Amino acid sequence: MIDLSSINPVVLAAALMVAATPILLAAIGELVVEKAGVLNLGVEGMMITGAVTGFAVAVMTRDPYLGLLAAAVGGATISLIFAVLTQVMMANQVASGLALTLFGLGFSALLGQGFVGVSPPRTPRLDFGWLTELPVIGPILFRHDPMVYVSLILVAAVWYFLNYSRGGRILRAVGENHEAAHALGYNVRRVRILAIAFGGACAGLGGAYLSLIRVPQWTEGMTAGAGWIALALVVFSSWRPWRVVLGAYLFGGIIVLQLNLQAAGFRIPVEYLAMSPYLVTILVLVVMSSGRARKTLAAPGSLGRPFHASG
Amino acid sequence: MLRLEKRPQPSAAWGWATPVLAVALTMVAGGILFAALGKDPFAAIKMIFWDPLFNPQFASYSRPQLLVKAGPLILIAVGLAIGFRAGIWNIGAEGQYIIGALCGAAVALAFFPSPGWYIFPLMVLAGAFGGWAWAMIPAILKTRFNTNEILVSLLLVYVAEKILAAMATGRMRNPDGAGFPGSRNIAQYPAASNPELIANSGMHWGVVTAFIAVIFAYILLHKHILGYQVQLAGQAPRAARFAGVAPARLVVLCLGLSGALAGLAGLFEVAGPARMISIDFNVGYGFTAIIVAFLGRLHPVGIVLAGLLMALTYIGGELAQFMLGLPSASIQVFQGMLLFFLLAFDVLSNYRIRFARAEAA
Repeated sequence: MIDLSSINPVVLAAALMVAATPILLAAIGELVVEKAGVLNLGVEGMMITGAVTGFAVAVMTRDPYLGLLAAAVGGATISLIFAVLTQVMMANQVASGLALTLFGLGFSALLGQGFVGVSPPRTPRLDFGWLTELPVIGPILFRHDPMVYVSLILVAAVWYFLNYSRGGRILRAVGENHEAAHALGYNVRRVRILAIAFGGACAGLGGAYLSLIRVPQWTEGMTAGAGWIALALVVFSSWRPWRVVLGAYLFGGIIVLQLNLQAAGFRIPVEYLAMSPYLVTILVLVVMSSGRARKTLAAPGSLGRPFHASG
Repeated sequence: MLRLEKRPQPSAAWGWATPVLAVALTMVAGGILFAALGKDPFAAIKMIFWDPLFNPQFASYSRPQLLVKAGPLILIAVGLAIGFRAGIWNIGAEGQYIIGALCGAAVALAFFPSPGWYIFPLMVLAGAFGGWAWAMIPAILKTRFNTNEILVSLLLVYVAEKILAAMATGRMRNPDGAGFPGSRNIAQYPAASNPELIANSGMHWGVVTAFIAVIFAYILLHKHILGYQVQLAGQAPRAARFAGVAPARLVVLCLGLSGALAGLAGLFEVAGPARMISIDFNVGYGFTAIIVAFLGRLHPVGIVLAGLLMALTYIGGELAQFMLGLPSASIQVFQGMLLFFLLAFDVLSNYRIRFARAEAA
């Protein structure tokens, strides 16, 4: 029998924010990369690299924050392979991104061998005093680990950077029309490499959030498509930072809901519930890219196109 | 300062040389990796590339495995390469491979234990159909709703994996299997099995199909108008449209073809080497085939060579795992590095490297 009463909406809403945070982190990074005109399909590879480096460092130092830092560095480092391939060696971005994902999955499995079954140091939850004690709102909003808030601050920072700072305008110019940006004297390649590294750091953080806080454990291939969902989320958001939050929390909701339905003994086999996040992602992609919605998509003009300054 | 100068035409000589160079450098980088893991790099490289073929102790087992592993890789990669040439990115071959296997196995299990001669041919049709149908999802979403086929085809891999798990533990579970997950042994069901055709050669119907697909793809790409259209659509999409190439038709065709071939690969695998539907039936051939397609320069003949080489790394990797205790993931890293080097060296076929004077900024 279905026991829906076992699903507590407050717990659900609180879990939703936690489930959404890894894809939110990865997606906001990829948004910046795509705003600079680069399509990096290696998000999954960078996330899993971050997941394993963060986990390893956190276990060895017994400090989750050092682990998160290491994950950001690890994600950025591996993203530089992609940066060199596409920006220096002028390689195809789609193929290079795929290569990064394939390599990252193998590399992380190799690094993570000794860490299977180990439990990481706990990341403490923040205490907001009386706010945390509030009924309903307290558990939903004010009883999380710091990374939930960091991810939201990061979105705000990206939003501010892209819209109100000089650097952000240069980045957008490079992404919209790299020839014009180059003619204006901006260093297209440097801007893009920096954006790629930022995207890598964010994806790394997202991965480490999975292995250190959400799961928390290390298993091979544990990102299970989160990187690809993050890529879809950027399309969903129409390249707007706040919409990434909306999308991520929507997906977080679906993930948590299907997990709860599994636990409640819903009569559909577990496997069919588990495929729902992927199916919903596809559905959202279809809705966003079809018909009228497409006109408002506003993909960066130079997205995915290689730039080679001749002369 | 080094400077890149775009070649008017990609260099044909470098086109052939870069895969060789990439393989050589991957061996060096792989050697460094193995050394870092505390293994003798020379022994490991020899174990991966030489011993499976020529060491009398292992060759009798390993040599047939070469075709067993290369068959599905080549079959999938040939289909992918046609799409990649046209700029149509089917990266969900792994999912199409699973669905093809499931459809083929469904036919076999439905007829069990009847002995009809028509069962295996029906399975082949079902396998191709399954892969084709799974690839039609991204194709139709792309042509109807302009949805990105890269993301959709990839996301469908995860969906296919879940269906596989549901089938292996549910509908297709062996009723005589004492409750263990996994289907009946299809390879032991004579009317449905895909046996080794020549003893100790590794040759089975999937390998035969792979070689037929290679010949077919060669003719299609190099002798047929469609191959020209594919090339044109990939290199100059606008010009292709003026030349009367219907982009939607090309998407449906390329995705459908690669899907059907991936589905066939899955079917031959499940009725042959894999023997049955199980939760861990898929081992990543669909993803490795992407590397094979690039390593083979998207050329059917190149893909045969690349497929054999990648098969060798699988077999040699297993051997090194067994004999030297090399972690299984290191072969995946090895394959990933190969793709990196390959993409990096492509710069040599598309660009000329010039030494520029400092003033030219």
